[in-house]
Amino acid sequence: MEGPARVGGTIGAATGETGCDAHWAGWTSVSWGSTILPMNAVLVFPRFIGRAVLGGFTQLGRFSLLTFEIIRGLREWRIWLPRTITEMASVGMGSLFIVILIASFTGAVTAFQAGYQWQTSLPLYVLGTLIVSNIVLELGPVLVGLVLAGRIGARYAAELGTMRVTEQIDALDSLGRSPASHLIIPRVITGFVMLPVLTILADLVAILVGWYSVKQVLPITDADFIYGAQYYYRPFDGYYSIIKAFFFGGAITLISCYTGFNTKQGAEGVGRAVTAAVVASMVIILVLNATLARVLLN
Amino acid sequence: MIELIGVHKRFGEQVVLDGVDFDVREGETVALLGASGSGKSVLLKHINGLIHPDAGQVIVDGQNVVTIGRKNLARLRTQIGYVFQNGALFDSMDVFENIRLGLSDETQYTDAEFSQDRVTECLRLVNLPPETAKKFPAELSGGMRKRVGIARAIAGRPKYLLYDEPTSGLDPVNADIIDQLVKQLDNELGVTSVMVTHDVRGAFRVADRLALLSEGTMALQGTQEEFLQSDNPRVREFLERDFHTAPVAA
Repeated sequence: MEGPARVGGTIGAATGETGCDAHWAGWTSVSWGSTILPMNAVLVFPRFIGRAVLGGFTQLGRFSLLTFEIIRGLREWRIWLPRTITEMASVGMGSLFIVILIASFTGAVTAFQAGYQWQTSLPLYVLGTLIVSNIVLELGPVLVGLVLAGRIGARYAAELGTMRVTEQIDALDSLGRSPASHLIIPRVITGFVMLPVLTILADLVAILVGWYSVKQVLPITDADFIYGAQYYYRPFDGYYSIIKAFFFGGAITLISCYTGFNTKQGAEGVGRAVTAAVVASMVIILVLNATLARVLLN
Repeated sequence: MIELIGVHKRFGEQVVLDGVDFDVREGETVALLGASGSGKSVLLKHINGLIHPDAGQVIVDGQNVVTIGRKNLARLRTQIGYVFQNGALFDSMDVFENIRLGLSDETQYTDAEFSQDRVTECLRLVNLPPETAKKFPAELSGGMRKRVGIARAIAGRPKYLLYDEPTSGLDPVNADIIDQLVKQLDNELGVTSVMVTHDVRGAFRVADRLALLSEGTMALQGTQEEFLQSDNPRVREFLERDFHTAPVAA
């Protein structure tokens, strides 16, 4: 097959485009065998790839800069510590109801499903193992992470996005104050600390509700349940739940602060930042969940 | 002294500043005029390093804002009060906390008695009653928000004050009050000020010198007389358009 050949135009003619496009200036179309394609159509795909790669590197660069700012701002503990305590109290108290609600339903559903799938050949105490392991290893941290990705992620992205478009972040900068230590560090530390705390609470509530619920559908005694729960339980299971929550909390708050902090173009930009923060946080939670399972459970 | 030398700035394909030279001497007030979208606010943000130029120098108090480094820039910014166009007040904090954040000295910031006195003093300077301190930005009128923005900017006793359209969006009465306030603060505090505005009347009332930014370049920078006598078509067009609607009361 023949290679591409230039058709029409003059090399170097001004097209008003810059960079790589200048090289192609004057190429109005390209012939490939008997097919003649307009130059713009030929360049659509390479342009798309180029922009996607550049966009990716830009985001990575900005995220790295924000991370450096956070690390640098840690020295200003007098500024971020009181704000962090306030933020933790706000997130903890504000999330209490939804976390207890989700944990209760999760515990109940786990118990009911275990009862539905139950084989009479197995000893009843295995139910205790099943419910506790499911909740502690997977359901507790992941469900709390996903719900708080919506709750905290959306809130932080919206707050910081609004502050960006109304120049409040510029105002902090102009006062010689670090937005990282005033706005980002308190939120990120809150995520790292409060997600594990809320996950421990969720695990406990879900186990208690699961215990109560499974007694409603199968003739299991308290002693059987406790025996089963303890029989296969390893302390690492609890640590694993907390480690997962720690990573989820950090990911949610870092992503949402990053998207909010880099918001552009008014109310529409804030809306986009919130959507991006929630979607990206949820995706990262699922990716981290699989990665941590592979790394820590093998 | 503030000095911009050959400053270039573009956003994507749009050239906003195309080799702008601009200077403000110690103790004077310069009004930076220009049509909406002419790059006045962009130029102002260069002065305290909120925006960095693609080329050129920005010298404030003998230091090059572009190359000064993060720590020194933060220190320099405590010498520059910036009044944002829409106040940019922290809406989750009350007026007291907003103004208190303007205290650049951390010892003063954490000293409850000092900060209380300073906030009250700043509110007095912008002609607001002390009770305003307890209000939140959402409870304030547009004019009051602007004045609280000014109070925050002066709280740290800056050497320079930058006003980004302090009268935009205000009715003529409130605009006049803000103009008088700018003049009064310049006299009382002895600061060096730059006021971005497209209100020619206000500019003539407040400023020692004027500058007109047009088409990415500085069309003219000079005294009120030089402006009024200028043959520069860009200056004439800008002045006459405003003079037709409202006579200058210098």
